[in-house]
Amino acid sequence: MATEDYLAHEETPQIKVIPPDKARIWKIWKTMIILAVVTLIEFAFAFSMDAGVLRTSIFVGLTIVKAFYIVSEFMHLKYEVKVLIWSILIPTVFIVWLLLALLIEGEGIFNLRF
Amino acid sequence: MATESVAIPPKKSIWGGGTSPLKASYGKLMMWFFLLSDAFTFSALLITYGLIRYSYPAYEGTPADFVFAPDQWWPIPEKVFEALPFLHGLSAPLVFVGIMTFILIMSSVTMVLAVEAGHRMDRPAVEKWMFWTILGGIAFLSCQAWEWSHFIHGTHEGSMVAEGTTFFGANLMQNQYGPPPFADLFFFITGFHGTHVASGVVLNMIIFYCVVTGVYDRRGHYEMVEKVGLYWHFVDLVWVFVFTFFYLI
Repeated sequence: MATEDYLAHEETPQIKVIPPDKARIWKIWKTMIILAVVTLIEFAFAFSMDAGVLRTSIFVGLTIVKAFYIVSEFMHLKYEVKVLIWSILIPTVFIVWLLLALLIEGEGIFNLRF
Repeated sequence: MATESVAIPPKKSIWGGGTSPLKASYGKLMMWFFLLSDAFTFSALLITYGLIRYSYPAYEGTPADFVFAPDQWWPIPEKVFEALPFLHGLSAPLVFVGIMTFILIMSSVTMVLAVEAGHRMDRPAVEKWMFWTILGGIAFLSCQAWEWSHFIHGTHEGSMVAEGTTFFGANLMQNQYGPPPFADLFFFITGFHGTHVASGVVLNMIIFYCVVTGVYDRRGHYEMVEKVGLYWHFVDLVWVFVFTFFYLI
């Protein structure tokens, strides 16, 4: 009786808390483990391999793997409607274009200077 | 159930009105498109790093023989970022930045757990995970403050700059590590990311306050936690790219 009286003065309405789903929470931790392991692999490459095009490509590839897990699982994009997924992903081709254009430009500047 | 609807035409476009084609609220969509525009900004900064680095000579020798030579080559990052707080003189390449990466990934995980608890209307759990997220953000910013301070003050030896004097640390005009744009880009890129983390912490604090005062319980949903969560994960995502392109390559 006493608790009910106390709740009667609460401004908040009665909230029904849904119990946690173990499988969903495990999935979050699994994503975290993947991200940590990929980062450790990157470290292993950083110290066991000489710098070069191959190592850079490995780093870029592993970064994209991490980005995929963050965007799809943490930001939940994988579970959105297809139209939404594409309207976020397609504009990023401009980034790829800018990357190629400016890296070529950078090499051009290098050749002019040295 | 058993009722049959004849009034609805069989092929109605989902864009015809009356439905929500993207099945997401206005606020969440706007957050997504803001993040897309922010991704362009960060890409521009990181690609500029690539452009400027490519326009300077690269260091050709082995990492073991590497010395700072601002007028000769672009530094290799593992030789610049190799210090740890309280362990003066110890060479631990990229360890500190690895710890920072781990802190940010962890705070991203606690944020997802807060969002998940919000879906279940579990206020105590949202409070708990939001609290850890804020703590993680503050820890990351503290690490960055130390890293900046170390970068600015430099090593004991310093290095020779163009005018023939020994220079220690870095400012926007010159630095002991490499060509002037190296420090400029370090300050701009990590600084811009740090600003995002700082504003994320402020946003998280506001949302935390609203959670504690029961605003979202009265509203009936915790979508604000989800929106601020999107922003927080984006900050983590950007760090993943900064980590690769600034510290690893």
